[in-house]
Amino acid sequence: VCNGDYRQSRGILFSSSVLSPEALVINDPDFQHEDLNFLSRSQRYEQAIRKSSLMVMKLREYGIADPEEIYWFKSFVHRGRPEPLDLHLGMFLPTLLTQATPEQQDRFFMPAWNLEIIGTYAQTEMGHGTHLRGLETTATYDPATQEFILNSPTVTSIKWWPGGLGKTSNHAIVLAQLYTQGQCKGLHAFIVPIRQLGTHEPLPGITVGDIGPKFGYDEMDNGYLKMDNFRIPRENMLMKYAQVEPDGTYVKPLSDKLTYGTMVFIRSLIVGDSARSLSRACTIAIRYSAVRHQSELKPGEPEPQILDYQTQQYKLFPLLATAYAFHFVGAYIKDTYRRISGDINEGDLSELPELHALTAGLKAFTSWTANAGIEECRMACGGHGYSRCSGIPDIYVTFTPSCTYEGENTVMMLQTARFLVKSYNQVAAGQRVSGMVSYLNDLSRQRIQPQHVAARTVSVRINDPVSLVEAYKARAARLVEAAAKNLQAELNHRKSKEDAWNRTSVDLVRASEVHCHYVIVKLFTAKLSEISNAAVRAVMTELCLLYTLYGISKNAGDFMQAGILTDAQITQVNQRVKELLAIIRPNAVALVDSFDFHDTHLGSVLGRYDGNVYENMFEWAKKSPLNKTEVHESFHKHLKPMQAKL
Amino acid sequence: MGSKYAQGFGLGSVNPDLASERQTASFSVERLTTVLDGGAEHTRVRRAVVEAIERDPVFSRENQYFQTQNERYEAAVRKAVHLQKKMHEMGWREDGPEFIYIYRALAGDVAFLLHRVFMRSISVLGSDEQVAKWIPLATKHQLIGSYAQTELGHGTYLQGLETTAVFDTTTQEFILNTPKISAMKWWPGDMGRSATHTVVFAQLYVHGKCYGVHPFIVQIRSLRDHSLCPGITAGDIGPKMNFEHIDNGYLMLQNVRIPRENMLNKFCEVQPDGTYVRRGSQKINYFTMTTLRVSLLSDEVILPLMKACTIAIRYSAVRRQSKLNPGEEEAKILDYQTQQEKLLPQLAAAYAFHFINNYLHKLFDRGYKEIQERNFSSLPELHASSSGFKAMLSQYCTAGVEICLRACGGHGYSLLSGLPSLYTKILASCIYEGENTILLLQTARFLIKCFAAASAGQPVPQSVTYLAAVKPGKCPAKNKLDFLNPDIYVEAYQHTAIRLLSSTAAKLQDLIQSGVKKHEAWNQCTVQLVQAAKAHCHYITVKNFVETVEKLENKAGIQKIMKHLCDLYALHGIFSNAGLFLHDGYISGAQMDMITASYLDLLGVIRKDAVPLVDAFDFTDKSLNSALGSYDGNVYQRLYEWAQKSPTNQQVHPAYEKYLRPLLHNKLSKL
Repeated sequence: VCNGDYRQSRGILFSSSVLSPEALVINDPDFQHEDLNFLSRSQRYEQAIRKSSLMVMKLREYGIADPEEIYWFKSFVHRGRPEPLDLHLGMFLPTLLTQATPEQQDRFFMPAWNLEIIGTYAQTEMGHGTHLRGLETTATYDPATQEFILNSPTVTSIKWWPGGLGKTSNHAIVLAQLYTQGQCKGLHAFIVPIRQLGTHEPLPGITVGDIGPKFGYDEMDNGYLKMDNFRIPRENMLMKYAQVEPDGTYVKPLSDKLTYGTMVFIRSLIVGDSARSLSRACTIAIRYSAVRHQSELKPGEPEPQILDYQTQQYKLFPLLATAYAFHFVGAYIKDTYRRISGDINEGDLSELPELHALTAGLKAFTSWTANAGIEECRMACGGHGYSRCSGIPDIYVTFTPSCTYEGENTVMMLQTARFLVKSYNQVAAGQRVSGMVSYLNDLSRQRIQPQHVAARTVSVRINDPVSLVEAYKARAARLVEAAAKNLQAELNHRKSKEDAWNRTSVDLVRASEVHCHYVIVKLFTAKLSEISNAAVRAVMTELCLLYTLYGISKNAGDFMQAGILTDAQITQVNQRVKELLAIIRPNAVALVDSFDFHDTHLGSVLGRYDGNVYENMFEWAKKSPLNKTEVHESFHKHLKPMQAKL
Repeated sequence: MGSKYAQGFGLGSVNPDLASERQTASFSVERLTTVLDGGAEHTRVRRAVVEAIERDPVFSRENQYFQTQNERYEAAVRKAVHLQKKMHEMGWREDGPEFIYIYRALAGDVAFLLHRVFMRSISVLGSDEQVAKWIPLATKHQLIGSYAQTELGHGTYLQGLETTAVFDTTTQEFILNTPKISAMKWWPGDMGRSATHTVVFAQLYVHGKCYGVHPFIVQIRSLRDHSLCPGITAGDIGPKMNFEHIDNGYLMLQNVRIPRENMLNKFCEVQPDGTYVRRGSQKINYFTMTTLRVSLLSDEVILPLMKACTIAIRYSAVRRQSKLNPGEEEAKILDYQTQQEKLLPQLAAAYAFHFINNYLHKLFDRGYKEIQERNFSSLPELHASSSGFKAMLSQYCTAGVEICLRACGGHGYSLLSGLPSLYTKILASCIYEGENTILLLQTARFLIKCFAAASAGQPVPQSVTYLAAVKPGKCPAKNKLDFLNPDIYVEAYQHTAIRLLSSTAAKLQDLIQSGVKKHEAWNQCTVQLVQAAKAHCHYITVKNFVETVEKLENKAGIQKIMKHLCDLYALHGIFSNAGLFLHDGYISGAQMDMITASYLDLLGVIRKDAVPLVDAFDFTDKSLNSALGSYDGNVYQRLYEWAQKSPTNQQVHPAYEKYLRPLLHNKLSKL
């Protein structure tokens, strides 16, 4: 029935090297353990630490050192879940590499590489997150002893959230406001020992602990850190760029734009994560919908698979298409980043602002969409989706913080908006802009007529992806222009810049969203021509059309209001969406099989490859902690005495 | 001014950032609280109940976020047992005015809720003799009941249930069986560990003929030692996203025999010779479910949204981030338009839903009386309303709570914020008591029928008379202020609801006339039908909000602020569903820009009263159980204090000795 062999569609998602670490881990008895759903938080932390320790040894054993390969290996060992060494590997070591002087690397890097030092990265404070300049922790230089004195002067300045800080780490890279010679020099990074080597007890002057239970992340000891007149040697400030000399003289760094690169990299990983997390949820929901039978479609016939219901298809297939779209977007950003980072190393920063702006917006767009999509998948599984055996609750709680970390999504959207407005203003001033925003150039040509860009009529052909990209482009142009004009109008009311920006921010976020939406549609459409296998290309074209048309259907107001589509066309789009659902239906299971998640990695009874759902749910439930004894102790403690009394 | 009552529960002094919000309230918070409660007397009773419960240490939720599934279950059972004592002590009765507030005060963490459903189904479905036999036993907790309907393979579609009850004339017994694994009862609350009895829904067979699904009382555990009865396999279904305190269970029946008298037989009966007798409408079997849907809306759906708004809005007045004006201190995040746009529509919706809930209760009280008199004519409307509103409210409130969670940045993800638990709990409401999509389709079926009737000039139930008033036209608004006129937006909602329904009805008709089979045509239209059902409920909610505001006393600024909220709720709905309103040109593109402008203006207006508006919900700190949302706004101190109590902080973690120490002491060098 399937007209696109899933191994071939799988081929367009992965490079073959990805499989080997998975095989290494899944077949390794050292990485097996009890179902995490039945463990307490402490037990889960312990399991994670156990696996992390083993993982580090095995990485050495197999000689895996490439950051991306480490990332994949880690993701298989921890089955896509966080682990206490995440920040050591992902932030502490890389920061040493990029910001430490050669002397500092000698002192810290090898011990950290050998895990004598386990570090974390302590930036966020209880009262301060995305807005870094607001951080309150201080590092005051004392030339007499050549030391920095670190302090957490208020409750709000306590470091809060860093992973691995609560129980695991013995060092932290702490971001603090540097004071020297009586002046504040802004935020700088310091290497701070926090626990006694050997006993692991907190050092005098250090208060450190776990921040308590969270929504997910059970295995991670997110921590707090309070410092009271804690002294560290001058040499513990990371001094590759900025420096404090022994007498307290401050030497400024050359450029502060370089940290952009790391942010772009991490945000591009989140786009990939959005794709993967949504793919996992789709895999579970679509397989289960093929197994679950419910009600009747035709009187007298057996209950049909719920995947045959239009409403179920309407919930799941657009998400399936979205998961594919995000895969391609993630791959695009990663490739672009690789290409540009070569230029950056040679001192060419010209493409960085656009990529930085684009990844901020795409990080927000994809994580918001995936977050909602995962929940939609869970709800599409009915009651059983709510059981932890479905695996979707776990995917959700692990994924959802990405809407907040590495830049809160609304703030990210506003960063993209800032770039869009800037580009718009450049065009308005007669310059040309390039890259993904080049559609703004077209606006200048229409400036002859005092009309909305919207008045330009696009003759949209609803079965042609390329024509639909034009429709999305027109929508982006219209809403970016509207936001920029509203901002200008607020500014004309002589409001402060910040105030005007705030009063336009809902429009600005919308402008970023539609810009990102356009970029995604464009990238998905462009991907089609790269697919050589005809059957795969056919099914991908259907998915691309579904993604694009569904987006129009859901945002019909934008397209109609801008005059890009008529209401008759919207009716056609709505109709076509429903036809596509029926067309995709026969391939639905093959399309999730192509994501190629191993059952162990999926962690779901509902989403098992073999579809033997009910038997295995029963087996799983029998292991529940409440079932350890036939009669629960509460019966003897509470129920029986009550019944006797009444 | 803030409510003195709530202040009494704060610790230390109020954070000035929150205190300043309360000084500028445009209305009396206390008076609005009494409006929400339905009168000052209700407010007094509610506060008395809440205070009595919260003062009792047995009901404390202090360590809830640190407990395991087993510990929470045990605590829930302990509380349920203690509650019996407490009610006796306080003189509270099940039919007294205090009763409805008890559950709210306990904030949910209590066992035996299904026991209430068990009793209710016996009261509604049982004969007088059955009521006389079982209700006293249940009232005295000499047995603990549950309600076993859902099966592993079957949920909302009741006819699909597979459990069988075969009548044996020779012994005058029913023989109950679970014929295969998908027929196992799965999910019923209190059944995994606690219940001794349960109402089992099974397909009734007499002399080889199937009579459909019927309810039977089945004993599952011994009253003496609580062991499982012969033929019964039962246990807990394992961890869920929330409800750790409830032992949702599974149940397998193997040739379990129960006496003929255990079939609930007020409406249907099997006589000793096997003759099947029906009295009244079969639909009554579903009425328990229907009333349940409405009764859960307040506590399980609307209150969680109100709590989430309270936490997120208070926190947003305390949290400062970045600068709005150079040189000033960092701004309250509540002053950011994007933050207002996330939270204030949720606040408006919470009020809108509170009022629609009152409307539904009136509708149901009337219906219940009619049914007691065996007049079933209002059942279709009641069923359609309960389905549609349960689906719309649970879906909206779930999304709303999540928005509040994410609006609190990183701290929202800490369990100590209270938001994750509110979220994981409320989201179950989208599924239990009927999966939302299926419910909306049931509402749509009713609407399609009424639409046909209305078009043919036949009488239709009161809530859908508007369907007869199809009139094409354009929205008459000329400027953005016109959209603050309720007549204008109510008309727009009505127009859109009718348009969606009539176009779907026409398409259904076309498909059928072109030869598509009826059921297939229905399936092809379901996406639109769902949309039409939602639009209907949305319209009724807006209309009801407007009518409620009109009836409010024009004193103490209450009516004015409620009018603003009503406008916000209505315009946010249009703004978020612009395509639906623009579709046939009823609202023009230019008008949509006016709506957007009015909507954004309202955010700024309501911003000023945001904190007083959540204060009016009158939640105590204990009931919020949130480090971010307490009345005094001392967010950071509380977060720090609570975190230190986490069991993970009690000693050097055992994982250190076992794994970290060898790791740190570099056993790696061997490699």
